[in-house]
Amino acid sequence: MLGLEKKDFQLLLVVAGLTLLAPFILNPFPESSGMAQFNAGYPDLMQRFVIFGIFAIGFNILFGLTGYLSFGHAAFLGIGSYGAIWMMKLISLNVIPAIFMAIIVAGIFALAVGFITLRRSGIYFSILTLAFAQMSYALAYSVLTPITGGETGLQIKSSDSPLFSNLEEGEIGRANLFGMDMRASFELNIGDWLFTFNAGYYIAAIAMLASFYLAIRIFRSPFGMMLRAIKSNQTRMSYTGLNPRPHTLAAFVISGMYAGLAGGLMVAMDTQVGPERMFWTASGEVVLMTILGGVGTLIGPVLGAGAIKYMENILSKINKDVLHEWFAFLPDGLEDLLVTIIYPFIGKGWHLTLGILFMLVVIYLPGGLVEGGQRIARALRGKKANDEDGPKASTEPAE
Amino acid sequence: MEAIILQILNGLDKGSAYALIALGLTLIFGTLGVVNFAHGALFMIGAFCAVTLSRILTLSHTIIDETKTDFLGNPAKVEVPYVHDIFGVATGDAIIDWAVPLSILFAVPVMMAVGYIMERGLIKHFYTRPHADQILVTFGLAIVLQEVIKYFYGANPIPTPAPQAFTGSFDFGAALGFDPNLIIYPYWRIIYFVFAAVIIGAVFAFLQYTTFGMVVRAGMADRETVGLLGINIDRRFTIMFGLAAAVAGLAGVMYTPINSPNYHMGMDFLVLSFVVVVVGGMGSLPGAVLAGFMLGILESFASMREVLAILPGLNQIIIYLVAILILLTRPRGLMGRKGVMED
Amino acid sequence: MSKSNFTRRGLLKTSAVTGAGLALPTIFTAQSAHAFTNEPTGGTVTLGFNVPQTGPYADEGADELRAYQLAVEHLNGGGDGGMMNTFSSKALQGNGILGKKVEFVTGDTQTKSDAARASAKSMIEKDGAIMITGGSSSGVAVAVQALCQEAGVIFMAGLTHSNDTTGKDRKANGFRHFFNSYMSGAALAPVLANAYGKDRKAYHLTADYNWGYTTEEAVKASTEAMGWETVATVKTPLTQTDFSSYIAPVLQSGADTLVLNHYGGNMVNSLTNAVQFGLRDKQVNGKDFQIIVPLYSRLMAKGAGANVKGIFGSANWHWSLTDEGSKAFVKSFGTKYGFPPSQAAHTTYVQTLLYADACERAGSFAPCAVAEALEDFEFDGLGNGKTLYRGADHQCFKDVLVVKGKENPTSEFDLLEIVEVTPVEQVTYAPDHPQMGGAEATLGSCNNGA
Repeated sequence: MLGLEKKDFQLLLVVAGLTLLAPFILNPFPESSGMAQFNAGYPDLMQRFVIFGIFAIGFNILFGLTGYLSFGHAAFLGIGSYGAIWMMKLISLNVIPAIFMAIIVAGIFALAVGFITLRRSGIYFSILTLAFAQMSYALAYSVLTPITGGETGLQIKSSDSPLFSNLEEGEIGRANLFGMDMRASFELNIGDWLFTFNAGYYIAAIAMLASFYLAIRIFRSPFGMMLRAIKSNQTRMSYTGLNPRPHTLAAFVISGMYAGLAGGLMVAMDTQVGPERMFWTASGEVVLMTILGGVGTLIGPVLGAGAIKYMENILSKINKDVLHEWFAFLPDGLEDLLVTIIYPFIGKGWHLTLGILFMLVVIYLPGGLVEGGQRIARALRGKKANDEDGPKASTEPAE
Repeated sequence: MEAIILQILNGLDKGSAYALIALGLTLIFGTLGVVNFAHGALFMIGAFCAVTLSRILTLSHTIIDETKTDFLGNPAKVEVPYVHDIFGVATGDAIIDWAVPLSILFAVPVMMAVGYIMERGLIKHFYTRPHADQILVTFGLAIVLQEVIKYFYGANPIPTPAPQAFTGSFDFGAALGFDPNLIIYPYWRIIYFVFAAVIIGAVFAFLQYTTFGMVVRAGMADRETVGLLGINIDRRFTIMFGLAAAVAGLAGVMYTPINSPNYHMGMDFLVLSFVVVVVGGMGSLPGAVLAGFMLGILESFASMREVLAILPGLNQIIIYLVAILILLTRPRGLMGRKGVMED
Repeated sequence: MSKSNFTRRGLLKTSAVTGAGLALPTIFTAQSAHAFTNEPTGGTVTLGFNVPQTGPYADEGADELRAYQLAVEHLNGGGDGGMMNTFSSKALQGNGILGKKVEFVTGDTQTKSDAARASAKSMIEKDGAIMITGGSSSGVAVAVQALCQEAGVIFMAGLTHSNDTTGKDRKANGFRHFFNSYMSGAALAPVLANAYGKDRKAYHLTADYNWGYTTEEAVKASTEAMGWETVATVKTPLTQTDFSSYIAPVLQSGADTLVLNHYGGNMVNSLTNAVQFGLRDKQVNGKDFQIIVPLYSRLMAKGAGANVKGIFGSANWHWSLTDEGSKAFVKSFGTKYGFPPSQAAHTTYVQTLLYADACERAGSFAPCAVAEALEDFEFDGLGNGKTLYRGADHQCFKDVLVVKGKENPTSEFDLLEIVEVTPVEQVTYAPDHPQMGGAEATLGSCNNGA
């Protein structure tokens, strides 16, 4: 189906189902219960899930297949964002041209950076990409302020009037798709549950499904095989008369364009760009997302992106008062004790939990979250030893 | 002329910090083949050894002073350090004043222990794992260490001054026959440079002239063969990890008077130290030191306003620009060995 | 499990009872159901406190959060009422806002504009916050202010000092109580001329981003007007930690004054480095060398330790002020937390009260009504004396403090002493001042959302 094997098609269907039903799945708790704090089904976070999913899928095409670890991928996301917002400020508030602009700008930049950096491999390549990204960040923050807005970044202002728009004087333009505001939402109220269906989210979700589909096709294509060959043994590949460079460069540019798409979507959903989007920690984040989810697997990077963004947005908002409310039913002493124990891990301590999660996953689940899923599936299937599922080479713990 | 001499001094000083951190990092790369993203955190923990020691020395009991009031108008509480009770006020103050140099003695065993526990408890299990897993686990560890420090010491920088005797600066200009005040350099930064030079020299001498060092170098070159010769190379590598941690920690201790330490100082240095190591060339100790000093000096020159007037923003990117140029002209950095971390 | 304070819409709480079990789907668009974004319909109103909880400004954020919690307590009638007793407007009753109990949600800005916007959006979309406040940098303030303008909620800025926030990036839904670069320059210059003479050569080190630019411009303009000469201005990268290579050439330039347009960690490091180089012991042009820090933060100054002694700077507020409002605030904050509040805490506390008061006076939570109540509102009793929330740019105009690092601090909080309280007339400027974006800068029209 759609040129996919049965198994891949099933995976695509599952992902499509999960994405389209996300407003339900992510809001499992009734609004008036204390657990509502854990609901993630509001537009901004759902958008972030799929956008960073796209970013990580793209990164995985490069890292998962070729083994080239780019440590500056956020630069492409950032440059794509700048391209998109300028498109909106100058040409049209429609998101489609902005997103295309983002992909093109990021692609061109990736071509230039890839052409230079791919002369080296291993950690030398990583540092070269890091250097390019850090230079982009530093310049965008300071001397390029006239173009990038510097620290405060770029937003759409009331003084902007794009070429193809009919804004009234002083009206602030809004990102739209042929007139549909990205922030338009339908709310469905069933009993104590509230589900929000946001236009922007579904556009981003469709983009992610398309990206995911394309990634499957790349993984399964002869081109994908070629990329895996580069990872396993580049020397042998060149001895057989194949030049790995063009293939790696193609993978680099594709993955840069994925980052550009993510950047363009970020602007489409929330019309704002800041340079810290390109800082090395942002590049590091996508590396962590991919490894956390499972390098080289199809679904892993999406899971990793979801896990990190969930912690960043949900965990950081739990404060002491919320904890006290949760445990209010307990006797006072016990309540205080529990709050004292949990408090360092939530709110301002969410970084700590993230660090611990990284360590636990990599120690106990060497294949990332995907391996966790596989283990659970295997356990459910009655411990049938079944190592065939998933195309990934399963790694064993070191001990 | 004066400006150039001054920036060379600055560069040497900056370079010695870079070189010290990069040295520890490359020891771990070279010996263990582990990408250690927690190395910056070790530097930070070293700095907090100094903070901790000065906290210990200033441990106080409070007495209520009825003659003074605090900000709410209540009788003020005055803190009296225990060292005052034990050694008297003058000696006690002198001990507190010398907290940073004293921390060196405190930091070495602490850092060795931290390094040992890290290697035995965690890193050991990751020798055979892909670099991606090493990155994730050490990055996770770095975050955890950082957050633990933040939990106890807060997010703000904590002042840890050098002893009174070392405040102020030395007038090189007057000594070299220029006008006074043109080339001045703080005493503590001179000490930092000398200290770094001594540590770097000691590490090289240790690897070069001791049997232990010889075995480690052999192990770096060909771990398998050394193992087959019946030498327990793992144990030596553990010790090397402890040593690398101690070097990073000492760099941190001595750095505290230059910049007040905070919990994220490790992350600030992490990326830079990776760049230094890679520019120096993977697996090369002299390369790391050379690259550290070179980047330090270039960074200093790029921050001169005469240079910035021609190329604004150069100070923002100089390190990365130089890194790119070097890696493009010399495939394995300045002195890298073939085949180390190239796949 | 008790009833949660953190529900999304008051509406749901009431409909939950009738709707449970029946599962009647009521499909509506958000636009048609409410008169404005997140109109509170139940017995509570939710405010969003968006402060840095991780990253270098986490301590500052923590202090802001303490002040917010105190403000909420006072608004709901708890505690000793703090500044509500000294506030010139008596609209607040201690029964919440417009009779609705005040609740709050918190979030982490990470001092990054993306993260700050994500956090603010979750407050608006998920928690139904009607007002967003907080932050500890101008980049974040401008980004979140723009978001609130789009979403149709009020933004009460926290600590943001760049001219841009109420200058070229001003917004109809955004309000700033904190002072700005221009005011710092205007307040500092006369004091400096007094203390150090009118014949000085200044050397500026400036953090290479928007706030640094506006501060350099302001201090340069106002000191040059006093007769000072600017020898050089050098930009330093934000990520710089060691400033030695920027400080070493200062003496060679012939300058006798160093102006550090740095904030936070940058300021701590550059000041520490400058003192290390012994600059303050030197004599240039027959004068003692001096260092100036245009914007002081007591919390961060603590990190520079003894190096701040005798160094001039400006501040929005300081706990040692002796007016009734400041005293009341220091008392209730100090009693609750055991130490005096920072200027960040003061400004966030005041912003919360001002917002609540404006709602009461407007009789509505609708952003446009609240904005109208705040515009050109004159008040007193919240520290800094008589204050005006100017309608033309939503900037507060009040006295500005010129402070100096204290020579003999009596406690760890007693780092700064007030040298002069610069009267508001001296720091007032026209709304279309060139440093504030000129005539082009406009608030736009207020947005109720929905």
